[in-house]
Amino acid sequence: MARIAGIDLPKNKRGVIGLTYIFGIGRTTAERILTAAGIDADKKVQDWNDDEQAAIRTFIAENIRVEGELRSEVQLNIKRLLDIGCYRGLRHRKGLPLRGQRTRTNARTRKGKRKTVAGKKKATK
Amino acid sequence: MARSLKKGPFVDIKLEKRVLDMNEGKKKSVIKTWSRRSMITPDFVGHTFAVHNGNKFIPVYVTENMVGHKLGEFAPTRSFKSHPTK
Repeated sequence: MARIAGIDLPKNKRGVIGLTYIFGIGRTTAERILTAAGIDADKKVQDWNDDEQAAIRTFIAENIRVEGELRSEVQLNIKRLLDIGCYRGLRHRKGLPLRGQRTRTNARTRKGKRKTVAGKKKATK
Repeated sequence: MARSLKKGPFVDIKLEKRVLDMNEGKKKSVIKTWSRRSMITPDFVGHTFAVHNGNKFIPVYVTENMVGHKLGEFAPTRSFKSHPTK
């Protein structure tokens, strides 16, 4: 069982895919890590020996911000926007999209589940 | 798409001149401006701008965190209170 950055990696997946289970590591970063550690990208997570795991761990610790540290950084960035009272901060506060998308329809990712408004009739032709 | 670094930040020439003059004379007064498109540069920190929102001038006190944003971002142009309740 490989445990990196506080996350248990799935053991029967290829190394590149397994690393993407860590928050902050995608395919590109995973490939970069494995090249730097000198491990074949196709090697399964369960086949890494202790040296290889240590190499991956040190590379991540030194070069990449992952998991809790990254999450707190994102939260700090959002907090800055809220504090300075700029347009993007206001949109964060209201839970609406920040980048000028339409909100008449869609925008469900930001707005969450539909809230039915009583008395709102469909437009008649 | 982001602006080319080669060009540097955009600031209206008149506005920049007023700020630099004030910095030199160590004066402080509210600067009325319509130039919402101007980027806030480090020179602007500590000044208060009255930014036009199409209707009124909104006072914006510039702090260090705001550098790199545009003046217009701090003066909302739309006013949405809430949906009318019958």
